[in-house]
Amino acid sequence: MIPAAFEYVAPTSVEEALAALAEHGDDAKIIAGGQSLLPVLRMRLNAPEWVIDLGRIDSLRGVRDGGDHLVIGAMTTHHDVGRDPLVHEHALLISKAITHLADAQVRHRGTFGGALAHADPAGDLGAPALALGSTFVVQGPGGTREIPGADFFVDLFETAISDDEILTEVRVPKHDGWGASYEKFVRIAHQWPIVAVAATVRLEGDTIAEARVGLTNMGSTPLRAHAVEEALAGRPATEDAVAGAAALVADGTNPPSDLNGDADYRRHIATVMTRRAVLAAAGRG
Amino acid sequence: MTATQEPAAQAEIGRDRRRKEDQRLITGRTRWTDNITLPGMLHLAMVRSPFAHARITSIDTSAAKAGRNVVTVLTGADLGEAQGACINAWPVVEDQVTPDHLPMPTDRVAFAGETVAVVVARSAAEARDAAELVEVDYEELPAALDLKEAAAAHESGGTLAHPDLGTNVTAVWRFDSAEAGTGGDVEAAIAEARDSGILIEREYRQQRLIPAFMEPRSVVVDPTGEQITIWSATQIPHILRFALAATTGVPESKIRVIAPDVGGGFGGKLQQTPEEMIAFAVARRLGKPVKFTETRSESLLTAHHGRDQWQRLTLAATKEGTVTGLKVDLLADLGAYVAIVGGGVPVLGAFMFNAIYKFPAYQFQTTNVLTNKAWTDAYRGAGRPEATYAIERLMDELAAEVGVDPLEIRERNWINHEEFPFTTVAGLEYDSGNYEAATARAKEMFGYDALRAEQAERRARGDKVQLGLGVSTFTEMCGLAPSRVLGSLNYGAGGWEHAEVRMLATGTVEVVTGASAHGQGHETAFSQIVADRLGVPFEDVEILHGDTQISHKGLDTYGSRSLVVGGEALVRAVDKVIEKARPVAAHLLEASADDLEFSGGSFTVKGTDQGMAIQEIATAVFAAHNLPDGMEPSLDSEATYDPVNFNYPHGTHLCAVEVDTETGQVKLRKYVCCDDIGVVINPLIVAGQVHGGLVQGIAQALWEEAIYDENGTLVTGSFVDYLLPTAADTITFEIDHTTSPSTTNSLGTKGVGEAGTIASTPAVVNAVVDAVRHLGVNDITMPCTPERVWRAINDGSSGGETTEAAMPHFDETEGGVQ
Ligand SMILES: Cc1cc2nc3c(=O)[nH]c(=O)nc-3n(C[C@H](O)[C@H](O)[C@H](O)COP(=O)(O)OP(=O)(O)OC[C@H]3O[C@@H](n4cnc5c(N)ncnc54)[C@H](O)[C@@H]3O)c2cc1C
Repeated sequence: MIPAAFEYVAPTSVEEALAALAEHGDDAKIIAGGQSLLPVLRMRLNAPEWVIDLGRIDSLRGVRDGGDHLVIGAMTTHHDVGRDPLVHEHALLISKAITHLADAQVRHRGTFGGALAHADPAGDLGAPALALGSTFVVQGPGGTREIPGADFFVDLFETAISDDEILTEVRVPKHDGWGASYEKFVRIAHQWPIVAVAATVRLEGDTIAEARVGLTNMGSTPLRAHAVEEALAGRPATEDAVAGAAALVADGTNPPSDLNGDADYRRHIATVMTRRAVLAAAGRG
Repeated sequence: MTATQEPAAQAEIGRDRRRKEDQRLITGRTRWTDNITLPGMLHLAMVRSPFAHARITSIDTSAAKAGRNVVTVLTGADLGEAQGACINAWPVVEDQVTPDHLPMPTDRVAFAGETVAVVVARSAAEARDAAELVEVDYEELPAALDLKEAAAAHESGGTLAHPDLGTNVTAVWRFDSAEAGTGGDVEAAIAEARDSGILIEREYRQQRLIPAFMEPRSVVVDPTGEQITIWSATQIPHILRFALAATTGVPESKIRVIAPDVGGGFGGKLQQTPEEMIAFAVARRLGKPVKFTETRSESLLTAHHGRDQWQRLTLAATKEGTVTGLKVDLLADLGAYVAIVGGGVPVLGAFMFNAIYKFPAYQFQTTNVLTNKAWTDAYRGAGRPEATYAIERLMDELAAEVGVDPLEIRERNWINHEEFPFTTVAGLEYDSGNYEAATARAKEMFGYDALRAEQAERRARGDKVQLGLGVSTFTEMCGLAPSRVLGSLNYGAGGWEHAEVRMLATGTVEVVTGASAHGQGHETAFSQIVADRLGVPFEDVEILHGDTQISHKGLDTYGSRSLVVGGEALVRAVDKVIEKARPVAAHLLEASADDLEFSGGSFTVKGTDQGMAIQEIATAVFAAHNLPDGMEPSLDSEATYDPVNFNYPHGTHLCAVEVDTETGQVKLRKYVCCDDIGVVINPLIVAGQVHGGLVQGIAQALWEEAIYDENGTLVTGSFVDYLLPTAADTITFEIDHTTSPSTTNSLGTKGVGEAGTIASTPAVVNAVVDAVRHLGVNDITMPCTPERVWRAINDGSSGGETTEAAMPHFDETEGGVQ
């Protein structure tokens, strides 16, 4: 599998990268970890003339404490995010999701920003990022802008990032003390999720005070299950109560039908996984 | 002269030797075909049809020819007769309908992925780039895709895979025990069972699988020497040479085929491929070395697939569960062409449906059908996994009907160990076996009774996670094959194997085998055999294979034949060396040949301490200074062995699964097997074969399926959608052996290469069905996906069809730059 020939640049600053993007416009593609882009190029599903590599821009890498939120640099690898103590402490849901993401090789190359910019509805990071109320920071010729989570994912493989912009970081509000679980339903270990549910909850005693639930592969974008979140708030963390709330999860979703399951089956699985994820997040799994 | 060698401290046979070939294979130091680079070598890229069935109306190669560093672009018409043809070696019936199979068709493509033009360039990348520029106009034709519809097309006026043939049916092959005189009349048995016994009627699907060997296929052709040399990642260098000569007119003596180290095959490289033929023709035409290495996508699309059958089965039994007859009616999907073994695959299964049992009446029929999909051929087990699946699923159904434990129903019907040799209802003579012993051992390892108790407890409790126990026994005909039997089945070649032993001057030994290893560990196992028999150190034996210039005679590796046929040839060649050495030893020791004993690598004079090692004799023969009068100065020997019978390994496999009834997810809990493969040469290699085989068989039960959409496009065209398991998906297997030495070869060995694959598929599916049988389920279509299991539980079906669409993880419209 050999990609078509392309020119390659590896700028060392975001400004240089933006300049290259401005210069080559539609003929260019950004490469982060290459774990999604390279297969596309090698299968010749796309043939950009220019590939702009963000790999040498140090400022895009790493996790910082931003006060009430964490700042995850777009070029931080899955492996590094997954092992980061700040992420574990303040956004446990992301740590949990990454343990299920692909295999060790892919986690060492693929990046947090690349996965989110790729916007595969079956990607494992969209639902946790949405559930935690993340804000996406992009930089373009006119400076930076912040995109709220709800507006970031537009459609299958489509985000609110403009062609002349780069995703630089993701701001994740801290969820200290929240329990978390990512229930990924697959047939074999290294598969994208057929359906996955990201849940994080704050308990007060035996009561679920607040819950955040995100859905993977239940539509053309990652989804937030607001109805379930509302139904959970103030309910006891019991199997019955959680099951009642989880039953609402599939309403309004539009999951795909493919050889791993049709839409109805996915709706059913989402219900089961939601119950399990919430109970596990509440330490009752 | 005194005895210089201690007797071998430890026998080599039966020893856990680490594989001597692994050092070079695992570190990548070896020469895989794709690593070969020759001076002036050109690279090929194939232009492939996106359509399952279409007329080629024009091919415009001009833009591609103008591509950078492109040497030429050739079509089937350009190559003409020089491209030869892909052969079918086994027309299963006299009047088999066999479509012509040109490596590059000139007017019509019959499956998606078929090559219509080849680009030759100075680099592989440039060849690939130019391939995009070849403009092919197609006129799409309706495609025959559904096996059942295709089988009936000649009557229903349905779509034909090859319109000129007038039918999709290539052959109907039949066996009937009453007609053959090997058993009774199956229809009578069925009528009686319908009246007063038990009749189990089922239809099972053997889904299409892709062999998915680790090394994609690759071929290098060098036409610059006196012999044209072909390196190919093939299982069958000797058969490939024959096919090249037979179809291109190049004399066999002008062709040298080398299978260097080959990274797996599982039957998938038991083929004479269009790509090999095209590379051969292009190299000859240009007079330059060429290389073609397929991508994984090309491999999944065009390397032959396996299985793909519908099985209609009728099992007749008494009320007590004694089987009185079995009737098998198969539809086998051969894909677009009849491949090299092709329609022979279901026929290989024909003799195995009666398995380890004493059925009094048996009838088998296969209808071999052409469709516009990739061709099918041998895949690990070839016909026998399909057969074993059918009968072992039926035996479980019979047990459920009678209301006894599945092991008990098998015991009521199997051949007892005192009854060997046993002639079966399919007319084969089983050499040896002990099903009672293997089953008892497997049960003990499994903790069968405790697991049954847990199952009952979970059922009683209505646990969301149900436990299922699956049983499968198996036997298979190994060691393909007695040439006379092959002849009687109309197969195009024999089944012998060849070996040579060369005693080198310094005392080391070169062994040449006609078996062509591609990952099995022949070099280690064969070295152990020679070391033991000849009494030389293991390290002093070198195994040479896979090059027709070195190993001029052979029939290659498949069908669990290398050890039982190739190993026997080796034993006979070694024995000849010893017999040639005996008079030399007598001469040098000044003793009578009759007074010499050979053991531990030395000839000794009975009752004395006088002796001489075979390696010393080799040196003396090399010098040839002092040999018996008239003796030829050589110990080298060869043997060609044609087996007189197959041999019949067997085993009992037990599997426990947990089924999550809420989701349909199946989790392996425990897997044990006790196989009887006769005498074991190297337990470590055997364990590797069994483990790998188990995973492949389990994968058929749970994960793998090649799926085409309604246009004939392969949906499972990458490993994103064709679910190949990894170590993370399996559990620790517990394996053991009982030993009933084969009586058909001198080492007492039986084949093991296919054992794990054959037995594990039914063991797993039986376990899944067993877990949910109390919920009204008696079948689940393979692979038992969570969705199918869940649907079976919820609507009592067998799970139904899967949706023919892939998950689109790689955006095809991304960026708009196309
Ligand atoms: C074998 C395999 C298994 C996988 N399994 C999973 C899995 O189970 N779950 C899962 O979630 N993912 C999985 N992935 C995908 C993996 O997570 C990828 O790493 C991820 O989707 C893309 O990240 P990347 O850094 O490699 O991005 P790239 O492939 O480099 O880029 C992806 C896309 O995003 C764009 N892009 C990248 N960075 C930016 C940026 N900063 N600003 C704007 N646009 C940008 C690129 O132009 C490209 O279009 C798997 C991948 C492979 C190869």
